[in-house]
Amino acid sequence: MKTVFKRTAGLKDNDTHYCPGCTHGIIHRLVAETLEELGALERTVGVASVGCSVLAYDYFNCDMTQAAHGRAPAVATGIKRVLPDDRLVFTYQGDGDLASIGMGEIVHSAARSENITVIFVNNAIYGMTGGQMAPTSLIGQKTATSPGGRTPRAQGLPIRVSEMLATLDGSTYIERVSTHNVPHIIKAKKAIRKAFETQEKQQGFSLIEVLSTCPTNWGLTPEESLDWVRDEMIPYYPLGIYKDIRKEREGV
Amino acid sequence: MGKVLMKGNEVIGEAAIHAGCIYFFGYPITPQSELVAYMAKRLPEVNGLFLQAESEVAAINMVYGAASAGVRVMTSSSSPGFSLKQEGISYLAGAELPAVIVNIGRGGPGLGNIQPAQSDYFQVTKGGGHGDYYTPVLAPSTLQEIIELTSEAFRIADDYRTPVILLGDGMLGQMMEPVEFRGIEEKEFKEKDWATSGTEGDGPPRVITSLDLSDIKLEERNNRLQEKYSMIKKQEIKVDSLYTEDAEYIVIAYGTVARMVQSAIEKAREEGMKIGLIRPVTLWPFPSEVISRISEDIKGILAVEMSAGQMVEDVRLAVEGKTPVSFYGRTGGVIPSVEEIYEAIMKLGKGVTA
Ligand SMILES: Cc1ncc(C[n+]2csc(CCOP(=O)(O)OP(=O)(O)O)c2C)c(N)n1
Ligand code: SF4
Repeated sequence: MKTVFKRTAGLKDNDTHYCPGCTHGIIHRLVAETLEELGALERTVGVASVGCSVLAYDYFNCDMTQAAHGRAPAVATGIKRVLPDDRLVFTYQGDGDLASIGMGEIVHSAARSENITVIFVNNAIYGMTGGQMAPTSLIGQKTATSPGGRTPRAQGLPIRVSEMLATLDGSTYIERVSTHNVPHIIKAKKAIRKAFETQEKQQGFSLIEVLSTCPTNWGLTPEESLDWVRDEMIPYYPLGIYKDIRKEREGV
Repeated sequence: MGKVLMKGNEVIGEAAIHAGCIYFFGYPITPQSELVAYMAKRLPEVNGLFLQAESEVAAINMVYGAASAGVRVMTSSSSPGFSLKQEGISYLAGAELPAVIVNIGRGGPGLGNIQPAQSDYFQVTKGGGHGDYYTPVLAPSTLQEIIELTSEAFRIADDYRTPVILLGDGMLGQMMEPVEFRGIEEKEFKEKDWATSGTEGDGPPRVITSLDLSDIKLEERNNRLQEKYSMIKKQEIKVDSLYTEDAEYIVIAYGTVARMVQSAIEKAREEGMKIGLIRPVTLWPFPSEVISRISEDIKGILAVEMSAGQMVEDVRLAVEGKTPVSFYGRTGGVIPSVEEIYEAIMKLGKGVTA
């Protein structure tokens, strides 16, 4: 019999704890497949953050360290700087983790052009703690801590992380992708691969922002959630490459 | 190598390198900044790495990363910056990662000032961050002792997989003394097969975390930590005693202030007073038994600190009312003079508590 689909060696054989319709699982798979394809699982160290993906170490089939809330880029810096150059180090962070409490760490890691890869999962909400407002929540979005909907006056405006980090001279490769349909998932995979290759070639800081769903806290069905990404998130968070200076960084 | 004249902060740096630590993540703050600058200059010379982090929070988390990758690693700060490291220290303790954290204490609370103080005693000896944990705390009182205790700090950290704190104060950090780096050679370090450094195909992936969603699992982790702390209490207590054989009174002091205390005691002994010194070298674990035992045979204890009275609480716990305990301290970065301490000593036995 011909095998048409199998588990990637990049993932452990564990049941998922993610909610039905949550695209965290898809993003895990994309990262895991990439590491497998690069033949890098045995020389990769992943850093799990605090959020729904805190248990990422139950899934990724490589050495994993768990970091304090927002601090994953600093932890990754410590790991990367003391290990041989062939080691790949990545963080996997939500938008509360990276863009709120961990804003300092991510900005300075990018500014230093730390040779790490950041998988930044933007679902416009705090998933794990039960649907509170994130720095990325959209104007008008109702959350547990913006029950009347986010307003610019009361809660300020959403942060576009990719655009912001792209302004730093230190960042090398930054792209925003989405997981709301198959063509975009395929694009997301390509972007993730480019990011790890950037690191592989010692070209410096790479970050892939992945728009992701949270049906549970958005109060939508899985299908409606995919539409919400397309109709509400992408207009505010346009997809595309925000920074690509890999050529300039060659041999640096 | 003969004796060299060095500043305390620099001695810590060189001692760390001698102990095999070539990775340092720091952030400037007076009165420990010379250590950061020393490492920035020295570590590249020994093929190590110095990185100035964006904050103490980032620095301690870089230490967490480096420790989880299996190397000997250090960070340092002074009181306000040390407060910021507490989250990371709690994570290091929970994830059982070895690292050495230096606190060159200064006057507090808040921004306080940059003068020497011992007012971080509570913070360093009682856990300091969230959760049930302790960190071994070593408190040198001379620059030569820094060398010995820095090496010990790394040994204890590796042996027990725990963060260890080296506690000094601005005076120790800033003063110069001749020191000798003797008897410290390249050592074989314990193999860290638990480190997340890339599996290289050798066994299944490893995980470093302080998270246990199950209460039973987390209790097991806590039990493991508590067993480790019992072992440390059994094996790692260090204390220095002087003139205690004939003593009717004892002064207890640690770190640099113990040096002034020693001079004051010697002056008092010249006056015929039978008085000795107990100097805790490990502040946690605290030498409670030594103090408890001696308190049965003496007429009183005086604790001297550059704080409003923090260690004295541990002294009282150890003494359990067996002998009167009085306290003398200065705060705000004021260093008590030998004369002041001498006067406090001379009040002992006269029913006057300073
Ligand atoms: C210091 C600290 N503050 C707050 C929390 C509580 N907390 C856990 S997860 C989280 C937010 C996670 O949201 P996000 O990063 O967006 O990830 P998601 O769960 O949506 O995937 C917060 C605030 C914590 N664990 N630690
Ligand atoms: S709460 Fe939201 S982000 Fe978390 S697993 Fe469920 S759907 Fe995914």
